[in-house]
Amino acid sequence: MPVDSMPTAMSELLVRLQQESPIPMDAELRCTGGQLLALVGPSGSGKTTLLRALAGLVQPKHGVISCGGETWFDSAAGHYLPARKRRVGYVPQHFALFPHLDVLHNVMSGMLHRAPETRVAAAHDLLERVNLAGLESRKPGQLSGGQQQRVAVARALAREPQVLLLDEPFSAVDHATRERLYGELAMLKQSLSMPMVMVTHDLREAMLLADEMCVLHRGRTLQTDKPLELVARPVSADVARLIGIRNIYHGEIAGHVPDLECTQLRFGAAMLKTPYRPELIPGSRVQWVIPSDGVVFHRRDRPSHTERENQLQGIVDTVHKLGEITRLAVRMDDEDRSLLWLDVPSHLARRNEIAVGVTATVSLTVAAIHIIDSTS
Amino acid sequence: MDWQALRLSLLLAVATTVLLLPVSIFAGRWMAESSFRGKILLEAAIATPLVLPPTVIGYYLLVGMGAHSPLGAGFSELFGRPLVFNFSGLLIASVLVNLPFAIQPAQRAFESIPQDVRDAAQCCGMSFWRSLWAVDLPLAWPGVLTGLTLSFAHTLGEFGVVLMVGGAIPGETKTVSIAIYDQVQSLNFEGAGSMSLLLLLISLGLLVFVNLLGRYAGRLHAYRNV
Repeated sequence: MPVDSMPTAMSELLVRLQQESPIPMDAELRCTGGQLLALVGPSGSGKTTLLRALAGLVQPKHGVISCGGETWFDSAAGHYLPARKRRVGYVPQHFALFPHLDVLHNVMSGMLHRAPETRVAAAHDLLERVNLAGLESRKPGQLSGGQQQRVAVARALAREPQVLLLDEPFSAVDHATRERLYGELAMLKQSLSMPMVMVTHDLREAMLLADEMCVLHRGRTLQTDKPLELVARPVSADVARLIGIRNIYHGEIAGHVPDLECTQLRFGAAMLKTPYRPELIPGSRVQWVIPSDGVVFHRRDRPSHTERENQLQGIVDTVHKLGEITRLAVRMDDEDRSLLWLDVPSHLARRNEIAVGVTATVSLTVAAIHIIDSTS
Repeated sequence: MDWQALRLSLLLAVATTVLLLPVSIFAGRWMAESSFRGKILLEAAIATPLVLPPTVIGYYLLVGMGAHSPLGAGFSELFGRPLVFNFSGLLIASVLVNLPFAIQPAQRAFESIPQDVRDAAQCCGMSFWRSLWAVDLPLAWPGVLTGLTLSFAHTLGEFGVVLMVGGAIPGETKTVSIAIYDQVQSLNFEGAGSMSLLLLLISLGLLVFVNLLGRYAGRLHAYRNV
């Protein structure tokens, strides 16, 4: 169902936008109150443009944006509310604090809708909420990256927004601060009732914080789902690639075994057991994926207990040592001579003397295999 | 020292600066924020007085504001006196000649305000005027003031355009730079020297002030590079 024909609940964001130029866009989003929707995609996929369109900072050519039962943009009706008339809390990538104002006045800048005499107390409350009490008189130049981010969040909330928009909110802070801020945002999120949209190119960040994840590519929203669902069941090879799944292969549906609740998939000479999908037509060519954590490495000195589950053998083609983990690519013997990628703990790789050219045995976890239904 | 000429020069410089204040703010901000076909041409047109010989500008202004021009004829009709060879004409010429000095530094200053800061102002619900007053001017004022200071200094020293448009009527259009020229013509080097020294000191002082403003402007935006 197209989003604009769905019933609009209060504090729900509904978006459907299309344009060819200057930046192509074909997006459908829905985010309910209290939920955090992560827009993920590579650089240049149009994430920030989409967020700026939600904020009212760019006007798209066609479509509808409504929030909390209020229409912000409707091209068919010729209706467009500029940013200053939308109740939007916007946290830009580099926070965009007003450098000439102290922390208190930065936060108060978002309170123009309130009676002047209530602003100071409300700003103090918000600063306390983001753990910045005591820093009211500091200028942005005297704050760390993490503190600047919190001021930006407080200023965005000061607007009492109908939607909170976060553009790569963790990209301008160091790694240690980022880990701490993840926890703070997760806590803050629980107390907020408006829809939240966060742009990020960091999948881990999206997995950690988002209730829903939307994959964007060249301005087009390809799939929106719960993060774990999205990783387990990408709707297309493009989505799989964009969310970092490298194990994407061709195969053929061999048949179904209703008694065992499984569908059989021919992959090269191997017959793989996969989750039961009776709608798939035997004999049809399909693409299938498996995240690297669904691949189990067999110790070379001792077979693992999953040895009977989709066991495959191949030659180790690539070994990347990445600190505590080692990333392996094993060359399969299917018609494409595909590489199967998996991560193993580095101590295991050492103990098993894994090196380029050795034979490796792996198992593909049945539940982790996902066949992409190109007809859906 | 020709005090009358000095007073006239200061009056002209102050009036020019006051008239250019709103022009530099609004034109500078508009030029900084907008992109349109022909912007390069408009920027070049504004900058023309920087490179054209003052006599050429003076010539065009003289023709454009003369008794036979629509502007000159209209002015004469309204006020009963010609636009050229009096203070009003001199002031119009001075404002036009100083447009690049006033607008360019202001435009650069407005351009240096990052787009996301302007976006943030809009998302805070600020109107055009509030955003100008609360965000743009506090960040761009050193550039605006630099432009006005340069216009002031330049007006005090302007010679060619003043001579072409205003002549050298004492108390009406004879500015200090023309007085210096007259003193030299009549071989009064002492008088010319004292007035030249005064102009030199004023110019030097104003340029030091402009440099200090530039350093301050750099610090205003510094936090983003931390």
